[in-house]
Amino acid sequence: MSTRQFGAKISRNIDPELLRGEGKFTDDIPLPGALHAAFVRSPFARARIEAIDTSDALACPGVVAVYTCDNIEHLDRELPLLIPHPSMNNARTQRPLAREDVYYVGQPVAMVVAVNRYVAEDAALLVDVDYDALDVELDMEKAILDDAPLVHPSHPNNIAADFTQVSGNPDTAIAAAEHVTKLRVQVDRSTAAPMECRTVAAWFDHVSSELTVWDGTQAPIGVRGGLASLFDLDEDKVRVIAPHVGGGFGQKVMFPYADEILVPYAAINLGKPIKYIEDRRENFIGSNQERTQIHTIELYATKSGEVLALSDDFLHDTGAFIPYGIAVAQVASTSIAGPYRIPNIRVRFRAVYTPTVPVTPYRGCGRPQACFAIERAMDQLADELGIDRFEIRRRNLIRDDEFPYARDGLLFADGLQVKHDSGQYLRALEMAREAIGWDDFPAKQAEARAEGRYLGLGLAFYVEGTGLGPYEGGHIKIHPITGKVYVNTGLAGQGQGHETSFAQIVADQLGVNVSDVIFREGDTGAYDWGVATFASRAAVVSGNAIYKAAKVVRQQLVEAAANMLEAPTDEIELTDGYASVKGTNRKIAYSTIATATNPLRYAFNEAAQIATQFAPASKHDGPPLAEGQHPGLEATDYFSPSCATWAYGVHAAIVEIDPVTCRVVFHKYVCIHDCGNMINPTIVEGQVMGGLAQGIGGALFEHIEFDDDGNLTNANFVDFLIPYATEIPDIEIQHLETPSPLNPLGVKGVGEAGCIAVGATVASGLADAVSHVSGSKFHYTPVTPDMILEALPQGTAQPPD
Amino acid sequence: MRHKPAIAPNIPSVSADPTVEVTMTVNGQTVTRHVSPRMLLTDFIRHELGLTGTHVGCEHGVCGACTVLIDGRAARACLTFAVQADGAELRTIESEASEDGTLSELQKAFAECHGLQCGYCTPGFIMNIRAHLESGEKLDLSDEGIRDMISGNLCRCTGYKNIVAAVRKSAQHFNRK
Ligand code: FES
Ligand code: FES
Repeated sequence: MSTRQFGAKISRNIDPELLRGEGKFTDDIPLPGALHAAFVRSPFARARIEAIDTSDALACPGVVAVYTCDNIEHLDRELPLLIPHPSMNNARTQRPLAREDVYYVGQPVAMVVAVNRYVAEDAALLVDVDYDALDVELDMEKAILDDAPLVHPSHPNNIAADFTQVSGNPDTAIAAAEHVTKLRVQVDRSTAAPMECRTVAAWFDHVSSELTVWDGTQAPIGVRGGLASLFDLDEDKVRVIAPHVGGGFGQKVMFPYADEILVPYAAINLGKPIKYIEDRRENFIGSNQERTQIHTIELYATKSGEVLALSDDFLHDTGAFIPYGIAVAQVASTSIAGPYRIPNIRVRFRAVYTPTVPVTPYRGCGRPQACFAIERAMDQLADELGIDRFEIRRRNLIRDDEFPYARDGLLFADGLQVKHDSGQYLRALEMAREAIGWDDFPAKQAEARAEGRYLGLGLAFYVEGTGLGPYEGGHIKIHPITGKVYVNTGLAGQGQGHETSFAQIVADQLGVNVSDVIFREGDTGAYDWGVATFASRAAVVSGNAIYKAAKVVRQQLVEAAANMLEAPTDEIELTDGYASVKGTNRKIAYSTIATATNPLRYAFNEAAQIATQFAPASKHDGPPLAEGQHPGLEATDYFSPSCATWAYGVHAAIVEIDPVTCRVVFHKYVCIHDCGNMINPTIVEGQVMGGLAQGIGGALFEHIEFDDDGNLTNANFVDFLIPYATEIPDIEIQHLETPSPLNPLGVKGVGEAGCIAVGATVASGLADAVSHVSGSKFHYTPVTPDMILEALPQGTAQPPD
Repeated sequence: MRHKPAIAPNIPSVSADPTVEVTMTVNGQTVTRHVSPRMLLTDFIRHELGLTGTHVGCEHGVCGACTVLIDGRAARACLTFAVQADGAELRTIESEASEDGTLSELQKAFAECHGLQCGYCTPGFIMNIRAHLESGEKLDLSDEGIRDMISGNLCRCTGYKNIVAAVRKSAQHFNRK
């Protein structure tokens, strides 16, 4: 392999099977005789359970079992708090099945197991639960008032966590400021809505006492750990497989959901394989969501627009429970100064319990909210000081010579100091200015306005802390029979193309084709050290671990080949699956080397003959494997980053409001982004584009709506509007590649990049579009047609004749 | 936790639903099964026939993941009962590549244009596009036209741009034929 694979646009190894319909998603796994589970869920946002009667359900033909909190033994307990933090006091987590109280519409109350899903769902309707409904308050700002109804009586004012971080010396800086700009912004509730809902299947083998769980999760190793401890089984006896997973976007990193432990429990209990395939409505009401934050942000600046200090105080909706700790709010609070120098920061948040489905990360994880707050504030500051929006940013961006730029006092979600490691922020801004055509825009806007049209330019910069620790590992082995390279890691993929990106890293080191690298992830039976796929960390953390392991195997290959070819190691070349001696035609296949490095007794094939105990080549004194040596060509290594690496980018858009429908039309959308060295630009662009589409959904369409009683009123794809192709513009993506100094490959994460700045960009563009007729600033997303209508002069929006 | 060997519980294996006989041609092969009248066509295809390439994303007719061809027309298997397809001719994603697994031009275009990520929505897109390609109608291959063609399918991963490119690429090939 002479051309470098790292950085090449290579189509993906995984595609052919997915395209043929041969993917292996959880519900595709054949489990003969499997029973099916369905859940009885709370119809109340907050209620006491007076009684549960399961007799009618049990009498239903085809029903096998009905579980409530009373017959699940040791599982009737509060589930673990995954990420503890001192800012939370007595953090509340959920029980698998409600006992005495329910806290949100959709909370599981009972689980029915039946011969098929049809019967299980019939019977779920027959479980009779007697509720006594309690008062609720859905509005966070009211929920923290003294007389508000409490979600948990244990938590006055519904405060789950209260945390302040300070960087620099904000008080002194505030006193020196010449101008202050202040605003309140809100990003509202949304959901990941992966196309495959969540799925769990389990089978307990009573003979070997082994539990196998197929789970559409982003964190199979975590799920395995949780199950082993909750069930008191040896970790060794629990295997969790995340097969193909139809998108995750954070929703599937949270564990355990009730079904993730109750399905295995029933499998053990009933001695049958059990499946639970969540339906779309359940995904809306039962699987975690994210986003609502209300920020009150203040920028303290000089008259020339240099921001000296930032103060932000925000409310973060954590839903009825806080199983994932403060991660989302913490990411938001530490991203609040964006790409700007702003040396003095005070940021406080209060996480608020609301009687709604719990909040855990959804792609972006607090970053879209922080970006929305700081970028809308920057626009407002520019406006108030009469400075151009590009210029105000230019004056505040961290300059190239200031990297690494640390914010002491701000601890990121990995518990480590925020440190922007590298970047070319000014250049990125300039690229966006050129690509969007800023110089010509004022004339175009004037022309549009003269015609009564509403044309605006939106702009937003974002940063993204990626590649969090603690660590991941990579295991590489060259198989003796095929000579193919096997790579394992502890992650799980949901469509990100890990198998191809990681194969590219390995192919360069080992001189094989990308298609000859067989990659396996998401199976604790294959590899069980690691964390999970989240926070745009796979390429950074697993990628570098695999790179390190590949270098070790490369060395093994070279040494073994040098030995077999009787040449010095520096004359060995590795190409296309062969080791050769430079400038000669002496070469040897990896399969042969892998076989020869494994002392054998049995000659199962031709290559094996030279490795058997009786082969002349094996004759030497001492044991066939020297002390400290291991057989074959194989290595495992780990990468543990010193801290997160910060990717960034700029979005700019030209938008027009259709005054009749109040629809937003994109004339142009450009995205400049920098995720360090790119392993596969095609995959990077795919990630960015997918994120952008989700961002557009979040900016304009996708809104989880609760009524005053806490019912989710749009729990389906008819009313919760995910954009189709017709809503997404053609977006121009441009790359910058500033290597990260924090890891050997120089890479940064990209998974969440696309979605972060879209809300801020769209709001900025809309505010600009109406700035001549209205003071509307669009401080809320998603922006609805109603809000646009309100921003237009009365009588503008006339239906056509 | 100790799991003491116990006598296996007596577990029912069937529901009380009546069954009806359905016969249809699926990917060129005639199949007959006895199924509950309320069995969805998605479940019939996936679990009775074991053709798991047809996916289920919403079960209420919005996402298009379950799209199959019924008598040559794109249809949502999640909104169809198996009995409704009695006597019909069905094609699923499993019919798209040739016997030996060689990808069709449409599938190749998806791979070349990186038109899929998780691949969950992909079979539905392919079957919908297949119906358009074979419809005999003149295809509008403008950006808008293609976006309109695929506007019955949701994809949460790709942002559609590469799917649009894949449609254009394969349609050009199709037009040449
Ligand atoms: S599953 Fe049939 S349209 Fe969504
Ligand atoms: S590729 Fe994942 S939903 Fe389309």
